[in-house]
Amino acid sequence: MRRRKKKEDGKGKGARAKGPRLGDDKPGEAVTRPPAAALAEEFPDEHKALEKTWGDKPGFWGWLTSANHKSIGRRFIITAFGFFIFGGILAALMRIQLARPENNFLGPDLYNQIFTMHGTTMMFLFAVPVMEAMAVYLVPLMIGSRSVAFPRLNAFGYWVYLFGGVMIYVAFILNVGPDTGWFSYVPLSGPEYSPGKRVDFWAQLITFTEVSALVVATELIATIFKLRAPGMSLNRIPLYVWAILVMAFMIFFAMPTVALASVTLITDRLVSTHFFNPAEGGDPILWQHLFWFFGHPEVYIIFIPATGFVSAIIPTFVRRPIFGYKALVLSLVATGFIGFGLWVHHMFTAGRPRMGESFFTAATMMIVIPSGVQIFCWIVTIWRGRPVFKTPMLFVMGFFFTFVMGGMTGVMQASIPLDLQVHDTYFVVAHFHYVLIGGALFPLFGAFYYWMPKFTGRMLSERLGKLNFWLMFAGFNLTFFPMHQLGLEGMPRRVYTYLPGMNWGGLNLAASAGAALLTLGVLVFIVNFFKSRRTGEPAGDNPWGASTLEWATTSPPPAYNFLRPPTVAGRDTLWTEPPDQPEIVGLRSDVRQVLVTKMLDAEPDHVEEFPSPTVWPLVTALATTALFICSVFTPWAVVWGSIPVAVALIGWFWPKKRDAEERPPEEVMERAGEEAALRVAEGAL
Amino acid sequence: MSARRTIDVSKLPTYAFGHRQLTWWATWSIILMEGTMLVVFLISYFFLRTRVPTWPPGGTNAPDLLWGTVNTVILLASVVPNQLAKKAAERLDLRGVRVWMIVTLAFAVAFAVVRVFEFGALNVRWDTNAYGSIVWANMVFHTTHLLTDMVDTAVLVLLMFTGPIEGKRFVDVSENSIYWDFVVVIWLLVYAVIYIAPRVL
Repeated sequence: MRRRKKKEDGKGKGARAKGPRLGDDKPGEAVTRPPAAALAEEFPDEHKALEKTWGDKPGFWGWLTSANHKSIGRRFIITAFGFFIFGGILAALMRIQLARPENNFLGPDLYNQIFTMHGTTMMFLFAVPVMEAMAVYLVPLMIGSRSVAFPRLNAFGYWVYLFGGVMIYVAFILNVGPDTGWFSYVPLSGPEYSPGKRVDFWAQLITFTEVSALVVATELIATIFKLRAPGMSLNRIPLYVWAILVMAFMIFFAMPTVALASVTLITDRLVSTHFFNPAEGGDPILWQHLFWFFGHPEVYIIFIPATGFVSAIIPTFVRRPIFGYKALVLSLVATGFIGFGLWVHHMFTAGRPRMGESFFTAATMMIVIPSGVQIFCWIVTIWRGRPVFKTPMLFVMGFFFTFVMGGMTGVMQASIPLDLQVHDTYFVVAHFHYVLIGGALFPLFGAFYYWMPKFTGRMLSERLGKLNFWLMFAGFNLTFFPMHQLGLEGMPRRVYTYLPGMNWGGLNLAASAGAALLTLGVLVFIVNFFKSRRTGEPAGDNPWGASTLEWATTSPPPAYNFLRPPTVAGRDTLWTEPPDQPEIVGLRSDVRQVLVTKMLDAEPDHVEEFPSPTVWPLVTALATTALFICSVFTPWAVVWGSIPVAVALIGWFWPKKRDAEERPPEEVMERAGEEAALRVAEGAL
Repeated sequence: MSARRTIDVSKLPTYAFGHRQLTWWATWSIILMEGTMLVVFLISYFFLRTRVPTWPPGGTNAPDLLWGTVNTVILLASVVPNQLAKKAAERLDLRGVRVWMIVTLAFAVAFAVVRVFEFGALNVRWDTNAYGSIVWANMVFHTTHLLTDMVDTAVLVLLMFTGPIEGKRFVDVSENSIYWDFVVVIWLLVYAVIYIAPRVL
């Protein structure tokens, strides 16, 4: 712009051809970048204009209308963490109840609601949303873009998720909480055995969260394919971004199945269809197929982003690029595919044909291969590096230990005879908590410690962080390790109490004590967070000396992310870039303009104007919520409820004349010189 | 900072057609997820088929062929104006877009009207048996897509008369055409399963 340099028209070449090509596996030497704030000082007018263009409107209205990926991402993360706390409290209540035999702290009905709400909350309102939320915040920064694609859709996805979560908790408080387990098997959840509205609310919650997941997956795929910094070809994107890409594709294929499942369940209950009614040609096994064809990939939808956290944290704390980038990418993709071929291993006790079951045993064991490749790549990276055990790295170590243990019991259960023995016992509970807490929650906490300085601009305390880790790690193992033994001794899942003569009291008490430690660990994290907000050390742009682009801007990042969006000359950009690596200029600062690049090579292609803040996503989400909730009470709500949704969507889509007029005519009518354009102009004006 | 070179992108075009632009990816995302849903619906149909000895189950007749076949013809014919609208959009021909979108919309409305008769000729209610449930589920699934794209097309037609006309509007028309093609393709699958399968299984 003001500073004239050789211009590129973006028709090719771009940044990629410039600069020496750097070896991808050379140990990183942090190139000292000047602080990002210096650029804002150098161009104060542009900084101010961009802040105004990309920032939220002031006040509460601005909060409601926000379409900035960081504002939405932040509240998405906080909301998901809030649900994590709720789910954790429910877990603690269960552990109090089970601490001794024949306890009467909770009655059986409330206990059923609590374990259902715990599972539903952790899976649908915490684990999947929090992974999407982190991606919504981080991906645009990591690929050097100013925004996520379809920012208003992003806001809609958040609101729908929030309203769904609020709905189910209101129902729970009013004693209409679901009570049929997080996978709500028919016939228990069918009209005959679960009259009332409890399961209907559960089914609608599923609908809410899958709508949210699907729209977020859409925007993440478009973001990753089309908004990357010039030069960031597909073989250079950070592994975390690859993980999110695989996650988003898995959502595309998994979520529609559960959408269908929840819709058919609710129609069986409300308008007397017979999908799951064997008396009229239906089959409860169909429910199990539909649910688990979603439910198993769901585990990987949670686990794969977590491996992305691990792949982001390790190189930073061992001071070298990741070993086996391609092997890791291929493992992610392979996990994504194989993850869809395992669902029947949840149904071994439902009596499928022997041959079919053997296939799923084999597929289940096969998924160990890509997981193993990943683990070994990480181990080699650590081995060849100089590890620094800060808190994020400790959580990664906790992940290794716990996840490998959970993986082992997973392989054990792939064997049908063993599965028949331990099915529906605490062994399974132990297994999936090892996999989910070890495989997803520990990396997530590592990610909180790793990126919190970027989110807030202040460091979390290392001392409290270490305390946090050890409390959680010890508490977790004390809680769940005894459950293996309890399961082998035959203690079934989902019982609200047990008899003293079973001799399960000691191990259950240990598990409950562990839960207390685990809770304490989470409390330390919350204390650490609030303490760091007040007195934390200022983080600076890149406190860990990391290699990815989110560390090339200020902490917290400005509304527009990068004053001059970066270009990329290799993997681990900040470690390998030459000092004269080009930057992007010429994006307008008075409208939300972003650079769109080509899918494979990320060469500049065109610029696109993103919408300004608006209330329509919120209105649409409210209309959708009204439709979903009313349809629990009358099926006709699906008909008349769709009218407000349609109106809101049209309002959302309707272009603002003012916006178009403010733009210079040549932009309103591009392709100047072409006769066609002239014809259009005559027709329109 | 002064060591940094710059790349000026201010002269790049402000919109593009096809896979170069974001909306194309969103359109195909929806096609992918809705397509998955349809495939699972169809698999459920055949799964339920295996639960009973005869299909349709005893006492139920297969749907009458007439209206469904009429609709298949209408929908296949609509591909032509739909493609012409897409081509017109890609050469920024406003008049062509208006004409061909209205024609496509007329086909959609005709289809929706015949759809009412189709529901009457299914010869089964959703609450008769599991066969009826899955037949209705497939039909309602397709009708929902039909109606949403119909409203979408109507809004776009309206915008093409009221303005403001911008490059991106033409991109929207082009994307809308892709989605309409999807509605046509999934109908062929649904038609084959709902109308033909009970006669040959």
